[in-house]
Amino acid sequence: MITAQLDGILPVNPSPELTERKWWDYFTFNTDHKVIGIQYLVTSFLFYLVGGALATAVRKELSTPEVDFVSRELYNSLFTMHATVMIFLWIVPAANGAFGNFLLPLMIGARDMAFPRLNAIAFWLIPPGGILLMSSFLVGAPASGWTSYPPLSLMNGKWGELIWILSLLILGTSSILGAVNFITTLLLMRRPGIGLNNMPLFCWAMLSSSALVLISTPVLAGALILLCFDLIGGTSFFNPTGGGDPIVYQHMFWFYSHPAVYIMILPVFGLVSEILPVHARKPIFGYQAIAYSSLAISFLGLIVWAHHMFTSGVPGWLRMFFMVATMVIAVPTGIKVFSWVATVWGGKLRLNSGMLFAMGFVSMFVIGGLSGVMLASAPFDIHVHDTYFVVAHLHYVLFGGSVFGLYAAIYHWFPKMTGRMINETWGKVHFVLTLVGFNLCFLPMHKVGLAGMPRRVAEYDPQFAAINLICSIGAYLLAVSTIPFVINAVYSWVRGPKAGANPWNAISPEWQTLSPPPIENYLGEPPFVPDPYDYGKDYNPGKRPMSQVKAADLWR
Amino acid sequence: MQTPAIDSQLLIPTHEPIHGHGEAHPDHRMFGLIIFLIAEGMIFLGLFVAYGAFRVVAPEWPPAGTPELELLLPGINTLILVSSSFVIHNADTAIKKNNVKGMQFWFLLTIVMGIIFLFGQLYEYNHTGFGLKDNVFTSTFYVLTGFHGLHVCLGIGAMLAVLWRSFKPGHYSPDHHFGIEVAELYWHFVDVIWIVLFLILYLL
Repeated sequence: MITAQLDGILPVNPSPELTERKWWDYFTFNTDHKVIGIQYLVTSFLFYLVGGALATAVRKELSTPEVDFVSRELYNSLFTMHATVMIFLWIVPAANGAFGNFLLPLMIGARDMAFPRLNAIAFWLIPPGGILLMSSFLVGAPASGWTSYPPLSLMNGKWGELIWILSLLILGTSSILGAVNFITTLLLMRRPGIGLNNMPLFCWAMLSSSALVLISTPVLAGALILLCFDLIGGTSFFNPTGGGDPIVYQHMFWFYSHPAVYIMILPVFGLVSEILPVHARKPIFGYQAIAYSSLAISFLGLIVWAHHMFTSGVPGWLRMFFMVATMVIAVPTGIKVFSWVATVWGGKLRLNSGMLFAMGFVSMFVIGGLSGVMLASAPFDIHVHDTYFVVAHLHYVLFGGSVFGLYAAIYHWFPKMTGRMINETWGKVHFVLTLVGFNLCFLPMHKVGLAGMPRRVAEYDPQFAAINLICSIGAYLLAVSTIPFVINAVYSWVRGPKAGANPWNAISPEWQTLSPPPIENYLGEPPFVPDPYDYGKDYNPGKRPMSQVKAADLWR
Repeated sequence: MQTPAIDSQLLIPTHEPIHGHGEAHPDHRMFGLIIFLIAEGMIFLGLFVAYGAFRVVAPEWPPAGTPELELLLPGINTLILVSSSFVIHNADTAIKKNNVKGMQFWFLLTIVMGIIFLFGQLYEYNHTGFGLKDNVFTSTFYVLTGFHGLHVCLGIGAMLAVLWRSFKPGHYSPDHHFGIEVAELYWHFVDVIWIVLFLILYLL
């Protein structure tokens, strides 16, 4: 019988030099994975606010059919920068860098990452990369979309584009260094007793995501180097006027950027797989199915990139291959969704903000997943290519998916990261505002997209005006929804009630230590958790109210 | 999920004042380096495949009017680089016998061979008869060989750093010579990349 007492793991009075973190540590080249994780999270969240401001400006322009708020050129820069910031400076570093760094060593019972200094270097590449990207507004920001297709990207202003390339190379390097660290840590630093088949599912997700980073990001770097030569070296790799082939760029770009969507969603899948069982008080349904489906997604994710290029003159047989392969991805993804629903099904749900966002994630992601299968079909894709249907789809998977999942994770691990509880009422206000604003903004886009409204254009046919106004109102609501969150998070971080070690009565290892965790993660040996999802076994809810159940009770 | 059989020893948390300070864990640097080299290899693979794509799409390859590539000098260069991979391995053998002098000799020889390779490359650049911007073939030629040359420079830099450190007595020993292994593995990597590059640029 397993009886590991939480009280036994935590000494009564740990000495302060082991537990206390100075606030200025967060502004230095610190090698503690927990500091680096929080540095990633706060930095990327600041960039999320910047990206959100850019999005609000885009929606302001689109609230009327005419060009009235910004010029056409600035509009192009706004949506280009919005996408670049959101992808490379918010979701990728937040999902991988922030939670990967903070949680992985705690989850596998390690004292730190395998290469702490490399880890700090990877983080400290982010602020210069981000500031460099922002600085492009001073010289004329890039304006050819985040895809930066040549020859368009070679004709839209040299300096903005060059800055875009350089900052992406910097951020890509950071991402690769992070992945080297994650893979080494996960494969070689697990505590004795924690095998690949009983580590928390987030570890599997990070393993799959890091493998993708490692294999695909360098190819983007190659493409960007060639693009850079075209831009300033006078070569013509991708410039048809000099005998080059722009399609090669598209292949190289999407060889990274399609896996990139999985780099942005796989870690979030992992986070949600952690959150749901804790608040549903049930074991995760289908541990191995979820674990291996992450690997399957990461393998399939590498061989479907050309479905972004159905209108680029890809030969028919190749289209067929990419169409079928893309649709096959729905299978491992469906397995995950099925397992999450089965986990929640019949559970004793604790509907706090983290759980609400996690369930919001599942439902919103399913909508994005369904429109994804629609878009995988080449005939349909050719019809809606470059319309708002695509914009709706990608926001359902990236915002309804990744961002909802990240919010869920922030609420769920806030007590562990800061040692204090976040206010639940304001968390729920934030959830409702986000859910309503999000659907108001992006659901109608499906309709205008099917009706043929093209994306990436500042003006549009007046027949779409009413729906676009609704979208814009939803976007404003989304912008407003971050205000209660930011105030709540900052206030709770400083003044919130103390959380204690394990406020959710969770079983997974990161909760079996102080909040925030001491400097070397665990005082004494890291705990051995043979099954991190072992909820509800030998537990009779009729005997005691849930509030009195301690983690130790759940360990039997 | 099945609960694995548990050693009860593992379950009882110890309260020894370990706190992790000075707690040694095995050296994972070599594993990390290999993982990193996979990423490096993927940049080259991406560029090689791009070269292949340009070539397949082009109606004529190399495009009409491109001067023929000379084979003699790059051939000699290839021989030098490939044999330097064997030379540098002697350094590893030497340090395992605690022969620091021998290690320094083999590293120095490898560095000289690397520099000869780079100068050969520069000589070739001056005598190809085509420029970077002439056509897609010449552009890929310069970018691929140049990017490889950059890696050769990095490898030489790594070897110089090892040499510099090796003059500190006892810095490298038969058991502790990770720096030497890094430089050697990196040099092998650069070498393998060159073989592929030579094959697709010059021979095929």
